Amino acid sequence: MSTATTHDTHHAEHQSGLLRWVFTTNHKDIGTLYLLFSLLMFFVGGAMAMVIRAELFQPGMQVVDPMFFNQMTTMHALIMIFGAVMPAFVGLANWLIPMMIGAPDMALPRMNNWSFWILPFAFAMLLSTLFMAGGAPAGGWTMYPPLVLQTGDAFPFLIFSVHLMGISSIMGAINVVVTIVNMRAPGMTLMKMPLFVWTWLITAYLLIAVMPVLAGAVTMLLTDKFFDTSFFNAAGGGDPVMFQHIFWFFGHPEVYILILPAFGIVSQIIPTFARKPLFGYSSMVYATASIAFLSFIVWAHHMFTVGMPLTGELFFMYATMLIAVPTGVKVFNWVSTMWRGSMTFETPMLFALGFVVMFTIGGFSGLMLAIAPVDFQYHDTYFVVAHFHYVLVTGAIFAIMAAAYYWLPKWTGHMYNETLGKWHFWLSTLFVNVLFFPQHFLGLAGMPRRIPDYSVQFAEFNMISSLGGFAYGLTQLLFVYIVFQTIRGGAKATDQVWEGAKGLEWTLPSPPPYHSFETAPQIK
Amino acid sequence: MDSGVQAANRRVLGKLLWVVAGMFGFVFALVPLYDIFCQVTGLGGKTSATAAVIADVQVDEDRLVTVEFVANLNQDLPWKFRPEVVEMQVHPGKTYKTSYYAENLADHVITGHAVPSVAPGNAARHFKKTECFCFTEQRFESGESRDMPVYFMLDPKLPAHVQRVTLSYTFFDKDGA
Repeated sequence: MSTATTHDTHHAEHQSGLLRWVFTTNHKDIGTLYLLFSLLMFFVGGAMAMVIRAELFQPGMQVVDPMFFNQMTTMHALIMIFGAVMPAFVGLANWLIPMMIGAPDMALPRMNNWSFWILPFAFAMLLSTLFMAGGAPAGGWTMYPPLVLQTGDAFPFLIFSVHLMGISSIMGAINVVVTIVNMRAPGMTLMKMPLFVWTWLITAYLLIAVMPVLAGAVTMLLTDKFFDTSFFNAAGGGDPVMFQHIFWFFGHPEVYILILPAFGIVSQIIPTFARKPLFGYSSMVYATASIAFLSFIVWAHHMFTVGMPLTGELFFMYATMLIAVPTGVKVFNWVSTMWRGSMTFETPMLFALGFVVMFTIGGFSGLMLAIAPVDFQYHDTYFVVAHFHYVLVTGAIFAIMAAAYYWLPKWTGHMYNETLGKWHFWLSTLFVNVLFFPQHFLGLAGMPRRIPDYSVQFAEFNMISSLGGFAYGLTQLLFVYIVFQTIRGGAKATDQVWEGAKGLEWTLPSPPPYHSFETAPQIK
Repeated sequence: MDSGVQAANRRVLGKLLWVVAGMFGFVFALVPLYDIFCQVTGLGGKTSATAAVIADVQVDEDRLVTVEFVANLNQDLPWKFRPEVVEMQVHPGKTYKTSYYAENLADHVITGHAVPSVAPGNAARHFKKTECFCFTEQRFESGESRDMPVYFMLDPKLPAHVQRVTLSYTFFDKDGA
């Protein structure tokens, strides 16, 4: 780790060509790499979703065989979670945290480079399993034994790619914590930090706490398969249910890792376009911290049906419902921020508003799933699929889109095409609801998830959902066009970019210099 | 970056790496903790692996509980395995006998090990077996078959709302994967 400290931060010039990107230790370069990698993975995972929706377009088996269908659902989840959403947030953290707290760069630049460059290898390994004998992992992204132990040659590749993703996330998270703890400009007290920085600080602690848990769990799978241990093997005295406990002890904090930075983004954007300071700043901070704490004591609500005593079901049910309180605080704070503000509806604001409305829909269906007695009906149905896609697509992904539009003029120095941006928002919003809303009805009617075929009474809603899916997928190509158009040129962006924008990053030129704050700004 | 900040960065980095190592260790500590938790609470559905000693238990003649018997084979084991009866009505506190039939269909010797499980989980602690083929390994010559007895008793302390208890055995190949 001592290599991180030998880096000389004072040379402004950098290598040209491809090697610049390989050797870069600059937070903006690495942020860009993360974001572009995430965009690429978004389309790889999206292509897999298209295969899934194509197969589900009609009842019966049409497009792919069931084994490949299972590979698609498993890989779609792994790639979207670890390849698209998490790297996008880390990319945003890299770009924005140093600029927001008045630091020249991230605290550990060499480690920063390393944590990014592990990812392409991890995903090359994971994707290579598609071409192996036995195919890619098909037991679901949750990797439950004993099913996952039947994975063919792909199994060790799955485990090691999860290890690599974990190492990358842990290093990224450590870097964020060290940067925020040590590199704030004079006068930037903790309670003056922008909310995006706060949510990332808490997210980073969650990552540091739970990614090692996932690493341990998959290591046990590996030794169960190859070294005759019996962690999850009943014949040797182990218990497969224990895997579910350990996995969801990681898994529930993980879903907040996927959403807390989104809360931060929306808390930056809404005040800008409502032209009012954020309502209830400190309650936002405390709500984020409470959500993070509660995430550690609710894991078993993912496994109500494994056979738990009544006391256990009740505890996990009430603890889960308790999360609605801090989350509600946040939603009401966002609404109160807009109350009597002079609002304008540029693309970032549209995506942020879409986030508030549709994330809340996902929150409500989550509340329904938290009710233990009815969860037995919803468990493993399309209702669950609809729920987590509302919180992850119209939640996390919409927030990432909002962030991209909001900060793109700062990053590139050019304004994006506002008309196309609005088209992108409205088409996405329309089609994402056509895609996921009918899945609520399918789930309530009993359609199981992760199955390539279904009874004919589910045909209409599946066809609607698939059509929405194809259209939503195509619409995202518009986003790629807008981003690259903005990188190549466009109207010159001012330093402040948005009339109501407040914060240190808007005091820098657009695009900002290679090193953000060579001399630390003084915060009043 | 001045060296003061760099030193501070290294200190925080070091602390965080300890947290990472600690959490990684914590997962492995969870394995024995999980077993202890299940033993204390009886939640895992695991029954005792050794014979229970029954002394001085009052038979509850007023209460009848249904006990179901289930036999499973792990997928690769070429055996026939079934309970003698699938269901019994029992009084808590009284000792009963039933048996399971197993036959080795393979052309070689197989030593199997049966793992019992009781559902619902909170009945597991109250399911006492005084004699069971699951306490020892079972060696079967090729084509050999036999009936294996189980002596059991339901503890009268079995929670009142439990009216049906399922005892399930899964036979695993001791030497197989």
